Amino acid sequence: MSSNTDFLLAIEDLTVSFDGFRAVDSLNLYIEKDELRVIIGPNGAGKTTVLDMICGRTRPTSGSIKFKNRELIGMAEHRIVHEGVGRKFQTPSIYENLTVFENLEVSYPKGHTVFGCVAFKRTAEVVDRIHKIAEEISLQDYLEVEGAFLSHGQKQWLEIGMLLMQEPELVMLDEPVAGMSQPERELTAALIKRICKGRCIIVIEHDMEFVSRIAHKVTVLHLGKILAEGSMEEIRNNPKVIDVYLGH
Amino acid sequence: MTNLALLALVLLVVLPVGLPIFRLNMVAKYLTYAFVALGLVMLWGKAGVLSLGQGVFFGLGGYCMAMFLKLEASDPVSTKIQSTPGIPDFMDWNQITHLPAFWVPFKSLPFSLFAVIAVPTLAAFVVGLAMFKRRVGGVYFAVITQALALILSLAIDSRQGYTGGRNGITDLKTLWGWDIRTHHAQYILYFVTCVLLLAAILFSQWLLSGKTGKMLLAMRDREDRVRFSGYDVSMFKVATFCFAAALSGLGGALFVLQVGFISPSLVGIVPSIEMVIFCAVGGRTSLYGAIYGTLLVNTGKSLFSENFPQLWLFAMGGLFIAVVVLFPDGLAGLFELGRKKLKPWMEKTRNKPSLPVGLPGTVAKGDQP
Repeated sequence: MSSNTDFLLAIEDLTVSFDGFRAVDSLNLYIEKDELRVIIGPNGAGKTTVLDMICGRTRPTSGSIKFKNRELIGMAEHRIVHEGVGRKFQTPSIYENLTVFENLEVSYPKGHTVFGCVAFKRTAEVVDRIHKIAEEISLQDYLEVEGAFLSHGQKQWLEIGMLLMQEPELVMLDEPVAGMSQPERELTAALIKRICKGRCIIVIEHDMEFVSRIAHKVTVLHLGKILAEGSMEEIRNNPKVIDVYLGH
Repeated sequence: MTNLALLALVLLVVLPVGLPIFRLNMVAKYLTYAFVALGLVMLWGKAGVLSLGQGVFFGLGGYCMAMFLKLEASDPVSTKIQSTPGIPDFMDWNQITHLPAFWVPFKSLPFSLFAVIAVPTLAAFVVGLAMFKRRVGGVYFAVITQALALILSLAIDSRQGYTGGRNGITDLKTLWGWDIRTHHAQYILYFVTCVLLLAAILFSQWLLSGKTGKMLLAMRDREDRVRFSGYDVSMFKVATFCFAAALSGLGGALFVLQVGFISPSLVGIVPSIEMVIFCAVGGRTSLYGAIYGTLLVNTGKSLFSENFPQLWLFAMGGLFIAVVVLFPDGLAGLFELGRKKLKPWMEKTRNKPSLPVGLPGTVAKGDQP
């Protein structure tokens, strides 16, 4: 298929159709190390579908997704995670019946097999790491609280924390500030900027103010195709983007 | 730990002292079902996978045990009136003149004991792998396991010469020369069953107390999240299914030792669903609840069917509906509710200042002992 590249993530000619409808149509997307890419676009543009294909949840009709020059298509979801890809869902997906501590512990990248899990021990190393991540996501005082009792914003942070436990090289965040208050949004922006070091992040977001605060580069999707790509400033002034997305 | 001590007290002291051997033997029989219920707590209550075919594994374990006992009971001397002495009587009636090849290993006790656990586990592994790798779950899984129960009971039923058919395998006498039909043997087998059951509970508790327990909960809550945290969810389900099957097989073998026979009626759909009811009545997420549920429902069943034989099925059906509609967490849930209601009242009577209200997350979780 496609040749090797220097990009961390190289998506080429990616297409998926559902019953003849092309949700994503011959998409090419290249993301570099240490890059923070934001994908925007109107509803139904195929943003979430792209993430679904990268993490193995949806199988593309054709095309290639190479992560560190390894083809991800056809790999089982948990293998893609082991390759270093982490994904946060649109609605916060945390374990409501487990405490914050346990949520993070389950996400620790050891003991992934059945027997490994049975033999898993809560070592000082694990505890240390959980405390470190909890501090990073401002939940250090909530370690013993069950997930169900966290506020919406805290749940979003917890899920980001669960991703960080896995030490992924590519982090995909689907609408990380949806339903957050303004102060929470600011904290989240700071958090995303902090964790961006040493890895690459893809964010899907609608809130343009938030996007302009974090994005290195913005990709605009429309009807499964790339409408525009560039810096926030370029995107803001792009007449095509204003027409289909920003203008309304 | 208090829960375990209480159960041990009831099983090892109160019941043996209080009941005549005839009733105690019945309790022993119920306790063999409790192994299945325990497996269902792990599989259904903790991992969220409902199987309506646990009778299959109970039966496989039981048949493995019964085949050994039957071969021992069919020595050439006691079967000398048969046209082929030395083979089980039902084979002789069906004009079979050689011991079928799959019966031969069951001449060995160590092999048979191994098979009691290994055969159900292997069966669960194959079925589980086929289902869970394809992401078959929920109602579909339940229906398929139910079909398996039907298939196995029909298969046993229809191959009389090899399996004993509808009558099952009967007239079991000795285990390595030890007569299992005496009162003395029944007492010993009762205690063996109790000890094994308590050990199974302890082992399950140990599993649940570690990361595995959290994984099962996480899987039940958010299967997708677990998958995208790098776990192969299907293998965890397969493993839990195998564990439940191994427990059921052990229960089946103990059943055969205490009751002295096994038949397809213990393999099919009805017993498989009854096991689920025992578990549901006791509380499907509580290891102890399932044991008490099994004992109570079965005691009710024998008392009821001794006095009003026609009404039992209706009572059972009504009980199941009541559990599902009124108290979905079963007896364990009612018990927990009662304890919570009583707690403030008890604290008041002790005249202590009431505790400060902590973070909501600090409330007791489930029934972790």
